[in-house]
Amino acid sequence: MNTATNMLNNATALQISPRLAKNIRRNFKERIIELILMLAALSAVFTTFAIVAILLYESFGFFKSVSLVEFFTGTQWTPLFEDAHYGIMPLIAGTLTTSFVALAVAVPVGTITAIYLSEFASHKTREITKPILELLVGVPTIAFGYFALLFVTPLLQKIFPELPGFNMLSAGLVMGVMIVPYIASVAEDAMRAVPMSMREGSYAMGATRFQTALRVVTPAATSGIVAAYILAISRAVGETMVVAVAAGQQPNLTFDPTEGAATITAYIVQVAMGDLPHASIGYQSIFAAGLVLFVMTLCFNILGHVVRKKYREQY
Amino acid sequence: MALPISQTKASVLENLDAVRAMIRRHKRNDIVFATIGLLALMLGLLTLLTLFVNLVMDGYPRFNLQFLSDFPSRRAGSAGLLSAWVGSALIMIVTFLTAVPVGVAAGLYLEEYAPKNWFSDLIEINVSNLAGVPSIIYGLLALGLFVYGLDLGQSILTAGLTLGLLILPIVIVSTREAIRSIPVAIREAAYAVGATKWQVVSDHVVKYSQGGILTGVIIGMSRAIGETAPIITIGALTFIAFLPPSPISDVAPYLNFEWLSSSFTVLPIQMFNWLSRPDHAFHINAAATGAIIIVVTLLMNGTAIYLRYKIRKNIKW
Repeated sequence: MNTATNMLNNATALQISPRLAKNIRRNFKERIIELILMLAALSAVFTTFAIVAILLYESFGFFKSVSLVEFFTGTQWTPLFEDAHYGIMPLIAGTLTTSFVALAVAVPVGTITAIYLSEFASHKTREITKPILELLVGVPTIAFGYFALLFVTPLLQKIFPELPGFNMLSAGLVMGVMIVPYIASVAEDAMRAVPMSMREGSYAMGATRFQTALRVVTPAATSGIVAAYILAISRAVGETMVVAVAAGQQPNLTFDPTEGAATITAYIVQVAMGDLPHASIGYQSIFAAGLVLFVMTLCFNILGHVVRKKYREQY
Repeated sequence: MALPISQTKASVLENLDAVRAMIRRHKRNDIVFATIGLLALMLGLLTLLTLFVNLVMDGYPRFNLQFLSDFPSRRAGSAGLLSAWVGSALIMIVTFLTAVPVGVAAGLYLEEYAPKNWFSDLIEINVSNLAGVPSIIYGLLALGLFVYGLDLGQSILTAGLTLGLLILPIVIVSTREAIRSIPVAIREAAYAVGATKWQVVSDHVVKYSQGGILTGVIIGMSRAIGETAPIITIGALTFIAFLPPSPISDVAPYLNFEWLSSSFTVLPIQMFNWLSRPDHAFHINAAATGAIIIVVTLLMNGTAIYLRYKIRKNIKW
């Protein structure tokens, strides 16, 4: 501010034309605007920094009373009980099991959808169905939770009568359908990026659409398709409401999807619904669990971006 | 080793049937896969349809005005959504006022101002990384930073800011996409008549990208309305039988900001609360709430998709 006023004073003192003085004022205003816009953009950096700082700070308090060895090797997670154990393994097992069930649905369905949309569907079909897939992404996850608990589980119980009311199978299946659009859209983008000439070469050799899709387009788009899978894993691991509602809230060290088990996210929800005093060990435990979740999703996200960027075939 | 012509002809004739069978088989594979593909595509649509019909049928008994004008209650039949939808609406105001200016400004900076260096790369990496952070982590951030760090408490302001941060990447990315589609010639024309950078940006770039930005804002806001996890993590209460103080007062300056620090509940949390009760009567309320949330978010998303379609169709540079 001072420099500007000084410059203005100098300008009048030196009898600089009013036009030049106006120019100086104008440049000053431009600088200020740029600075404000930059601060807004920096909010993204600030948010990331704040997330990491808060998670580390609160986890630090947690790890003062719990050893890292117990945290990662313990097989019981009961921070809120009288006889407290702090082994994160059961929560990780629940998270991985539900994610695995979800991917078992989403990977084949998503890939087939992507191939169909990119290689088989007419322009018109694509124009109509892509917005519908986008709508599916927009449905709040709590609604999917209701669907898993009160529609899919009773349906599954007709097939497997001994299935408990809270189980990872139905939560995983519903989550899988939820993730399909993510895989389909990223994988389809990768397939559409394969140049037309490669398809034409294949057709010229007498290959059918299916042969071209399977032997030419899919191999050429592998990096994009794999990136889609990795991003989908990250989505499944971080998904909260479906598992909190339908998979149960009891930590359970099992990889059997027909049992109920809490995931990392479900545990955080469960604790937050209760009334825990600030700075207690239970309060800190959700940040430690959150840190594990954050690191997991961060690794998958980075891996996904690296695969997509580094191994992209250049045509 | 060339074969005599007669022999080649014979072997071709012999193989012709095999070749024809192969072609038939491959053509059949094409049709089979196209059918499977169509079914895979339908799975999402059918799930969405089943989900919605299921919610509407389960929640049918509660579709009346009473449901919207009653406070939550211990008796399922007289419990309503009043405090939840008022809370959702007020939080959306805060979210809109924080995410839109900051997100659009950040998008403008990244597209129009940012030099190509490590600093801009750092910001860009952060934006794309934030888009992939699970929403519940934003809840933990808010719990540590807003609720206890800045001592804002479990208030409407905290929830609004949290959701604002959550949808910030969506607003930034859509702003950038909208800006990127504007041809350089428009900017050059403005510079040529002596406009400053900010004049170019505010009078031309922002003006032509309005539609695209609006699309992103609507999608972001619809995501914020349905978000449950981060708000639960903040520690929102589930039984709120009062309304926050009115934002409009009858004495000067006619605006009242006490509502920002009021405790609250929102639609998805109310639904989660009813859903986690064992009593089936409350599940009916949950279904009705779910149907309302879905209608609202689908309408918003539908508007955004339609808007984008319109913009793409109408723009002829």
